[in-house]
Amino acid sequence: MRVGVWEAFFLVLRRELALSFRRPDQLLQPLVFFLIVTTLFPLGLSVQLSLLRDMAPGVLWVAALLSSLLSLDALFKSDADDGTLEQLALSGQGLTVIVMAKTLAHWLVSGAALVLVSPIVGTALAIPESAFGTMLLSLSLGTLTLSWLGAIGAGLTVGLKRGNVLLSLIVLPLAMPLLIFGAGATDRAISGTSAAGALYLLAALCVLTCTLAPFAATAALRISLE
Amino acid sequence: MNIAPDGLCVEKVHIWRGDRHVLRGVSLDAHPGELMHVSGPNGTGKTTLLRVVSGLLRPEKGSVAWRGRPIGATATEYQCALAYASHEPALKSDLTALENLRFSVGLKRRVTAAELRSSLERTGVANCADLPARVLSAGQRRRVAMARVLAYRADLWLLDEPFTNLDGSGSSLLSVLLAEHVGQGGVALVVAHHDLNVAVQTRRLELQ
Repeated sequence: MRVGVWEAFFLVLRRELALSFRRPDQLLQPLVFFLIVTTLFPLGLSVQLSLLRDMAPGVLWVAALLSSLLSLDALFKSDADDGTLEQLALSGQGLTVIVMAKTLAHWLVSGAALVLVSPIVGTALAIPESAFGTMLLSLSLGTLTLSWLGAIGAGLTVGLKRGNVLLSLIVLPLAMPLLIFGAGATDRAISGTSAAGALYLLAALCVLTCTLAPFAATAALRISLE
Repeated sequence: MNIAPDGLCVEKVHIWRGDRHVLRGVSLDAHPGELMHVSGPNGTGKTTLLRVVSGLLRPEKGSVAWRGRPIGATATEYQCALAYASHEPALKSDLTALENLRFSVGLKRRVTAAELRSSLERTGVANCADLPARVLSAGQRRRVAMARVLAYRADLWLLDEPFTNLDGSGSSLLSVLLAEHVGQGGVALVVAHHDLNVAVQTRRLELQ
């Protein structure tokens, strides 16, 4: 009996989550990186709280982007290396469904986890609690968008031996609008003004990538599979 | 023109890799109940041919048809009728043998754990079902990969060097499984650099 699209989607999602939780070290690395990088800034800068607070949105977002990138390289590469990607590509399910499930799983274990620990980082960077809501929302939208952008890059570089540097070069320029609007939203929330405009733009970018990136990533992956 | 309305028909397939002309107009047809043995020296494009037949690689010239229809037009249907085993066993080392099977076979058809266990038992690795794939030997991994091919219940088997790493009993078992599959009206395309000792009608394609 044939397997439906949603069934296949949840099966791949479960597979990815099971694989991630079997390797807790790889799961924790980007989070620890995020925590360490953001902790280094208060240590390296002068102890003026106002200065730290001014820099906090930028520091937070740059660290979030970089730590999300750390795990992107493995999104398709580990499956390509052990031959399971070919099995997935020939599974009778559209490759797009598989790409969507894998990318969502990537976001859950990297982006969403990062959002969960961001209040700790926010406190370390002297971000007032009143701005936490905006910070969490903007980071959620931003990391999800980044996972989608990263899926395109990871699809393109999956066949390369040392594709991680190229992956960063492809993804980081595309992530600039995220940094600008994400840090902008957090900054406005800290200063007590409305962050709605920046959040709307982030949401628009998120919708755009969620709807178009799966197809682009699938096309990229197909080229790499050949 | 070769016509195999019930089986596989590969016609004048050409593949270039950069300047290298890897496949030069390869044609083959395999009817139900036939085993096609693809052989030839290293670097003659045996694996490339298998990838073209599987649909992973699109031929630059020529066509591949399954049951009279081009595989590109009926990709989903074709993939469900197909079991591909590359020369890698394609197992995730952190998942158990059973989980590996469940996550790959489960995408093609609804399958129960009992069915998967019986496939593993058939290939002689029932005792490895709950072990992570990383602790299995190369031969055991190959047997698990073979259990997956069985569990797919596909009409067309595409096997790339399936005898690699198998011991004597494993090789005989694989020959029996191939004979059973072909005997039941299945089609098998096997890439192997040595002679196959399978008790069914075998045709040979030697790539140069």
